[in-house]
Amino acid sequence: MEHTSWLSGTLVYLAAAVIAVPLAKFLGLGSIIGYLGAGILIGPWGLKLVTDPQDMLHFAEFGVVLMLFLVGLELEPRRLWQLRKPIFGWGSVQLFGSAALMLGAGLAAMSMTTGVDWRLALVAAVGLALSSTAIGLGVLNERNLMNTSSGQSVLSVSLLQDVAAIPLLALLPLLAAADAQASEGGGWLAAAKVLGVIATIVLGGRLLLRPALRWIARSDTPEIFTAASLLLVVATAALMQSVGLSMALGAFLAGVLLAESEYRRELETDIEPFKGLLLGLFFIAVGMSIDFKVVLSQPLLMAGVVLGFLLLKFAVLWVMGRTMPLPPPERPVFMILLAQGGEFGFVVFQTAAQAGVISAPASSFLVAAVAISMLLTPLLLVAADRWVIPKLAGQSGRSEPEISEPQNQSVIIAGSGRYGQIVGRLLFANGIKPTLLDHDAESIEAFRRFGWRVFYGDATRLDLLRVAGAEKAKVLVLAIDDMEQSIEVAKLVLQHFPHLHLVARARNAEHYYALRNLGVRFIERETFDSALMSARTVLENLGWLPHQARTLAMRFRRHNLVQLDKMAPLWKDEDKLIAAAKQGRQQLEELFAQERGDAAQRKVKAGWSGEDEKTV
Amino acid sequence: MVIVAHPSLEQSRANSHLIQAARQVPKVQVRDLYALYPDYLIDVAAEQAALSAATLVVWQHPIHWYSTTPLMKLYFDEVLAFNWAYGPGGNALRGKDIWLVATTGGPEDSYHPASYNRYFFDAFLPPYEQTAALCGMRFLQPMLLHGAHQVSETALTEHSAMYAQRLSSYPDWPELADLEDCIDCHVPETARPSVDSLDEDQMLQARV
Repeated sequence: MEHTSWLSGTLVYLAAAVIAVPLAKFLGLGSIIGYLGAGILIGPWGLKLVTDPQDMLHFAEFGVVLMLFLVGLELEPRRLWQLRKPIFGWGSVQLFGSAALMLGAGLAAMSMTTGVDWRLALVAAVGLALSSTAIGLGVLNERNLMNTSSGQSVLSVSLLQDVAAIPLLALLPLLAAADAQASEGGGWLAAAKVLGVIATIVLGGRLLLRPALRWIARSDTPEIFTAASLLLVVATAALMQSVGLSMALGAFLAGVLLAESEYRRELETDIEPFKGLLLGLFFIAVGMSIDFKVVLSQPLLMAGVVLGFLLLKFAVLWVMGRTMPLPPPERPVFMILLAQGGEFGFVVFQTAAQAGVISAPASSFLVAAVAISMLLTPLLLVAADRWVIPKLAGQSGRSEPEISEPQNQSVIIAGSGRYGQIVGRLLFANGIKPTLLDHDAESIEAFRRFGWRVFYGDATRLDLLRVAGAEKAKVLVLAIDDMEQSIEVAKLVLQHFPHLHLVARARNAEHYYALRNLGVRFIERETFDSALMSARTVLENLGWLPHQARTLAMRFRRHNLVQLDKMAPLWKDEDKLIAAAKQGRQQLEELFAQERGDAAQRKVKAGWSGEDEKTV
Repeated sequence: MVIVAHPSLEQSRANSHLIQAARQVPKVQVRDLYALYPDYLIDVAAEQAALSAATLVVWQHPIHWYSTTPLMKLYFDEVLAFNWAYGPGGNALRGKDIWLVATTGGPEDSYHPASYNRYFFDAFLPPYEQTAALCGMRFLQPMLLHGAHQVSETALTEHSAMYAQRLSSYPDWPELADLEDCIDCHVPETARPSVDSLDEDQMLQARV
């Protein structure tokens, strides 16, 4: 069915996702449960709309690859290097600690019942010790926890598992028989290939990718840039797979190498929707592949295995959480996100079954156990949210003193021209690092040389704003030259990010009113204040005292703002606008004239006879 | 009405606390001058209107160099204008009460002839008292918090609570019953302040 009619297949998948995910979200269960539920529903044990989930599972695994590319994009090489200890230290503790515990428990359980099969116990222990990167990182993203210490710990452990999965898969066939024949030469050749590919990716990423991307960006064809982004990930993945390495790991490497490039945000924006859909598909496929026949034939054993391995992994993670140490309220999420079995587990069991290390029924039993644990994860999270975390948060209850210092909240500056630049420089000087967005490839390059965080991209694109962090940012500075674009961005922001404080630059009065009518509150006319400063200087040069010139300029400014406000309803009607402007100017002139008269009179009264041109 | 003037409120524990306490009293209007006029361009008309509507006016600020803070001084200069607050026809504030609520950095015992501040704190009050008197306002017993940097959290909370309590119970303060009306300071028409540039500005500002 999948091959004969991809249209009906697509129809089923999309419809299931579109119905199930919002429903699950609405019930407060999170999108992953929605996808899994949709999978169970349309799979062989539900409505039987899809009968062979395995193909889909393989295809959808590419979602995990894309996700790791995106995770890599967020991690600059420097930060990855800082993470080396958590990755190799804590990652190994989790993987080998859990595997050893489960091996022991498995052997003990077997010796009491069926008899010892150490191969099965070993494969099961190793396979179940792996966690689901897709769920772990998916939940972290969904809940915006990536930058917490528990988020970083989950990422570290997941990365180690990705690295460790490669030798694990390579070693599995060796368990099959004693006469495993790994020829020495082949091994060396393979190792050389692996090193070659990694070197290619690192060097290529460092030296070739940025110029190539700049060249593509200059062509000004957005869809080609999207194509290039996908091509980049697919090519890296293919390269890695050709030498038997994890595709996800390769994509992650490519991501890290591009994390410092100015195209990072654009790449993220382009890849994100593909990742989201494929990852959703992946979860649907996991839901479909739960073999309920196996589950139902041995329900008690299944429950025992799932609960048993979850508890053992919890124990290891609990010890890790205490010794790291993670803040108590973050520990439950950390434990839950790494406790379930993962997609690598599927591969481990399938490979083991193919190599004859374990039997096919045992393999599908274990696959089902992993799938069920994945299904349980979001449910456990909901439970933890409701009952456990509030308590822990209360316990650790250090009541923070009210924050009076401005936090390093993110600021986005759209348009890195002369205007946005000055705004950015003041922010920079105060330790705030704004994100600059511009679509001029040349000027971006110049800024980057001065160490700014500048990203290539068109701020009128909603998805790009989102990736630039519009959801988390507090302020967006709208400093774009082009009036039409500026208005377009203002509309987008007001509609989609109502929490953002828009600070806008207006080119002229028309632009000012257009922004104001949209509901933008903080607008500055770009030449107004500098012109006033010049006017002050003129007055000073004519003999006014500096402080008096300042006071007059400031009062002119205030009057002008009030006037601007009064004329707002008239801005479409040019005649009325001009009339009102004239009237306002006259009022101010009269006011100033009267004040000069009063002052002159007082001087005369006080017997001041000095000639003074100011009061004429 | 509480008029606050603290140039760096972000670093102030005591005054922030006091403001919060005052804001919680329903009938109190707090005007934070440094927030309203960060550019020192006081809206004189708005401030005069706010003063006219009040019966009790609180001047809340930290003591800087034995005096008020710069924006509060500018506020006096511009808002308490000739012909409005004092002088001929200057009756706008007559009969109102002024209450100074101030904090000092130095501890109480530093305001002593034997210590580094050399005077009892009362010695620094006459300019305030006379400003009030010239405008026909009664100057109530000030509420002071000395050593505001070192004061404990509990003492601060107590002080703020008392502040709020006094604000909400005004004008039913026991001491007000015995307080005499303000002495009348009549400024004759001929005693206009001498003309210098500052007064000129003052005149300009008053008309806006």
